[in-house]
Amino acid sequence: MTTSYELDVNGVTYPVNADQGKNLLSVIRENVGLTGTKEGCDDCECGACMVLLDGQPVNSCSYLAVQAQGRQVTTIEGVMDGPEMHALQRNLLEAGGVQCGFCTPGMIMSAKALLERDERPELDAARIGLSGNLCRCTGYAKILSAVEATAVELNT
Amino acid sequence: MSFTIATTVDEALVALGAGARPIAGGTDLVVGARHGKAALPADLVAIDRIDELGGVELDSAGVRVGALMSHAEVMTDPVIVGSYTAIADASALVGSPSTRHVGTLGGNVMNGSPAMDTGAPLTVLGATAELRSVTGGRTVSLDELWAGPGRTTANPGELLVALHLPPARDRCGSAYVRLEYRRAMEIAVVGAAAAVTLAADGTVASVAVALAAVAPTILSVDGVNEALVGRTAAAAGPVAGALASEQAAPISDLRASDRYRRHCIGVMAKRAVDAAARRADGESIAVPVNRSIGIGAA
Repeated sequence: MTTSYELDVNGVTYPVNADQGKNLLSVIRENVGLTGTKEGCDDCECGACMVLLDGQPVNSCSYLAVQAQGRQVTTIEGVMDGPEMHALQRNLLEAGGVQCGFCTPGMIMSAKALLERDERPELDAARIGLSGNLCRCTGYAKILSAVEATAVELNT
Repeated sequence: MSFTIATTVDEALVALGAGARPIAGGTDLVVGARHGKAALPADLVAIDRIDELGGVELDSAGVRVGALMSHAEVMTDPVIVGSYTAIADASALVGSPSTRHVGTLGGNVMNGSPAMDTGAPLTVLGATAELRSVTGGRTVSLDELWAGPGRTTANPGELLVALHLPPARDRCGSAYVRLEYRRAMEIAVVGAAAAVTLAADGTVASVAVALAAVAPTILSVDGVNEALVGRTAAAAGPVAGALASEQAAPISDLRASDRYRRHCIGVMAKRAVDAAARRADGESIAVPVNRSIGIGAA
């Protein structure tokens, strides 16, 4: 049975008509039409589907879209600052922290949430902050350098 | 099919009474449904916006911990970290930052997994569960609540609203330690919690030990208090470990054999007693113990 509700994604309100059990990831990709958020494992393990819900990271593959009503959803499409890349995006490119790129949107969402609760995370805190995101190209060292460079940049 | 967003406990109870199932973070329910473990219930009531289900409050009977406290809140709450540290140790190990933000203490308890991280800590700290339904409320011990893997004795119309902890005691420390193969998105291979109170001379005045993932429900170790009272903290750990290994009734599955679990639960129980005794003695060991003293995966 489909149900109708509204979803706030990146500050825009979208009307949604979807099955009650449809996950947030599928609604974002299929109903809202934003495909930057990726489906990796579809099992709450890999973090490719990470979005922010009221600023906190959530695995959108394992969260019902109907439960996101009345909350602010932020996806990778919502992190740019106008035409400018977010510092995390730029630093990932500069550090070579993007290989195949599939994990990158999720990594950026987790890193953004991390830097919002901890402006200058120690290396171990950064590792824990990204611990719900897998990169199968094994690019973790460069990704962590990009997070560190962003923390320095945003706080100097 | 229906989906209701409740903003008060009473609204939620009415929906539960009409046959709906509660959903908070959905980290067990939604993942379980997609695994084919159990279909997503047709009627759901979202309880994640009910303010009265959150927070930690001190009262004359001890501490009331709202069932909706997320693991991220539990692991940083000053009262829990200060006096009921084993629960914080456990919440800090659950899933990943995203799981800890949407996953709740109440969900962990009511999902009834024998491998739940917060169950053994709550057990050794003497927690009770407050259940409410449209017809009233009752408070039960956790031992009465858990009936088997994924099963509780709560009726379908009952909602876990809070966990209650007795007042903190002087010179009491607690810790939860688990064996894990990796540091995120992991489930306990085995886990052990201990609460230790020390006497003025530094010997054990009282102790409780409970185990995760070695029986159909969280297992309290029998006779551990009698065996350890009066011993030095250093001597207590190995005895607790031996009792834990002896009483464990583990299964073999793809994560570990029963033999390996039986051996490792002894190691974890010893480490939990050691860490709890050190905390009882005033030493500050950061949450979670697994990370701060290098237990578990490297």
